[in-house]
Amino acid sequence: MWMIQMAWKNMWRNRSRTIITMSAIFFAVILSILASSLQDGIFKNLVKNVVSFYTGYVQVHKQGYWNEQILDNSFQSSVYSEKKILVNKYVAGLTARLESFALASSGEITKGCLVVGIDPEKENIITLLKDKVVKGSYLKDNDRAVLLSEGLAERLKLGVNDTLILIGQGYHGATAAGKYLIKGILKFGSPDLNEKALFMPLPIAQDFYGAYGRVTSYVLALNNSGEMQSTATDVGKALGSSFEVMTWEQMIPDIKQHIESDSNSMKNIQGILYMLICFGIFGTLLMMMVERKFEMGMLVAIGMKKKWLIILLLFESVFTVLAGCIFGIIVCIPLVYYLNRNPLKMGGETSKAYEEFGFEPIFPTSIDAANFINQGLIVLVIGLLLSLYPIYKILRLDPVKAMKR
Amino acid sequence: MDTVIDAHNISKVYNPETIPVYAVNNVHLHLKKGEFTALVGPSGSGKTTLLNLIGGLDKPDEGNILINGIDITKLSANDLIDFRLHNIGFVFQSFNLIPVLTAKENVEFIMQLQRINKKQRDERIKQLFKEIDLEDKLNERPSKLSGGQQQRVAVARALASKPKFILADEPTANLDSKSASNLLDIMDKLNREENITFLFSTHDQRVIDRARRVITLVDGRIVSDTAEVSTKHEDADMKH
Ligand SMILES: Nc1ncnc2c1ncn2[C@@H]1O[C@H](COP(=O)(O)OP(=O)(O)OP(=O)(O)O)[C@@H](O)[C@H]1O
Ligand SMILES: [Mg+2]
Repeated sequence: MWMIQMAWKNMWRNRSRTIITMSAIFFAVILSILASSLQDGIFKNLVKNVVSFYTGYVQVHKQGYWNEQILDNSFQSSVYSEKKILVNKYVAGLTARLESFALASSGEITKGCLVVGIDPEKENIITLLKDKVVKGSYLKDNDRAVLLSEGLAERLKLGVNDTLILIGQGYHGATAAGKYLIKGILKFGSPDLNEKALFMPLPIAQDFYGAYGRVTSYVLALNNSGEMQSTATDVGKALGSSFEVMTWEQMIPDIKQHIESDSNSMKNIQGILYMLICFGIFGTLLMMMVERKFEMGMLVAIGMKKKWLIILLLFESVFTVLAGCIFGIIVCIPLVYYLNRNPLKMGGETSKAYEEFGFEPIFPTSIDAANFINQGLIVLVIGLLLSLYPIYKILRLDPVKAMKR
Repeated sequence: MDTVIDAHNISKVYNPETIPVYAVNNVHLHLKKGEFTALVGPSGSGKTTLLNLIGGLDKPDEGNILINGIDITKLSANDLIDFRLHNIGFVFQSFNLIPVLTAKENVEFIMQLQRINKKQRDERIKQLFKEIDLEDKLNERPSKLSGGQQQRVAVARALASKPKFILADEPTANLDSKSASNLLDIMDKLNREENITFLFSTHDQRVIDRARRVITLVDGRIVSDTAEVSTKHEDADMKH
């Protein structure tokens, strides 16, 4: 106990030095927490975007579909294969889609579009499609109706309750044609989807394309996104080689790359921060050891075991670093929370890339407590590791030499 | 009388490979309980080196040093630290005290290292500050004390651990003559009234005059020792 008191007094022997060290740690902790919660937040936001955007976490296709996305590469949907997928403990749900191209016409104007047959309820659970309805209402299971993306509706000069004609090539070259009621208008962030997409209930799409019982993909929802890769592998094994199982990272590698380069630049920033903290703390320790060399020699001379001297110094380091860390964390909590609610807007290249994929170009911070705790612990560990230097010096301390003037 | 220090044949050589310096050269030293001894000699004669050897801060290249019958040259570095804590009191030339602790805490510190309980510590502090006549400065930091007062606190700290003897390397070197004589008064009184054993080095003739035994070093050798002179006189007297 008296050692703790003494350590406390020692900390304040050079008040300004201690305050400088503490504030260096304080700011470093703030910056590194911000950096890591931003990195984490961006990542989670992106994944959320990606998943709710279109691809989901994992998709199952017929082998070869992703490279050649045509109806002939569709497969027969079966309860049997759905079960094989659903037994996996990380798979929370599954929805089937039938996707292909067609021409959409309002009578005067004709445009190419992407027809997506969906199970309205299940689709909504996985990709939150209902939230994207801006006019009209969402689909019901057997509606002979479609949801039109906003851009496509504008180009065709059509609105809710208007009728639309679709013409295309069906399964095995059959001609496909049909007339549908527009039940709602959808707004997508992605220009690509917003200009092209058109949704209808799966049976209606199968009927339109003459592809009865067939689907082009199963979109999987996971209950643990951290297990995405292993789940994809397991599902692939269960289904066998006639199917391909792809993660969103494989389906849209550009996004994956952007996330990686963003997180790398964040890691660089953190690396620099940690280096600064290291130099700052080390400089302080160096000065302190020079300043207290005589005194430490004297303490050992009069009979203070080196063990106690080391413990004393560790207390001092831990107090200083911990104080800086704790204040930093305390200040960070509201700051990170604020940036979570009011995300930073990004610009430049990244922003363009994000918009291309239909994501809002924002940087929300993650308010995951792990970011606070990890950064605090890292700085604490740095402080303790650097304390090895004074420990080494104390172990080598010769009182006679230390007290030589 | 009990023997406290018994040094046989001790030598300390610096730079043995290049130009050897015999800082302490073949010294025999015998100190009994209650002695009040000054170690004198010109600068560089080896006073500090000899005190460091006796105090177990440094190891001799040759010879043995027995303190209360224990050969400290055979102790490990860690055991030596503990040995010093329990057996030897140190007063250095200056900067004896921990600047962040008060006078009282500086004295208490060594007893805390010895794991002496609070009650006993408080009693001892009270008694010691009375002896050094600084009862009013108990809660002052060293920086608020004069050089002489700081040295008196250092003496109190050296005494606090109840050592077998106190070693003081030029304890008055940084003091004015009034403070120096005041410090000597206190040491003298402790020696007479409580039979505390002191061995101190000094340059100062007025301090030398207060010693009851004077050992003179030149080039690391003892060239005179008043104790030996007096015993020789006694021997001579006996013969007559
Ligand atoms: N670490 C060392 N390395 C080399 N030589 C040393 C070392 N320490 C002391 N000496 C030499 O040993 C001799 C004795 O030195 P010491 O300090 O014991 O003398 P001293 O009597 O205490 O002198 P002073 O009165 O100046 O304090 C001197 O010649 C000194 O130069
Ligand atoms: Mg000296």
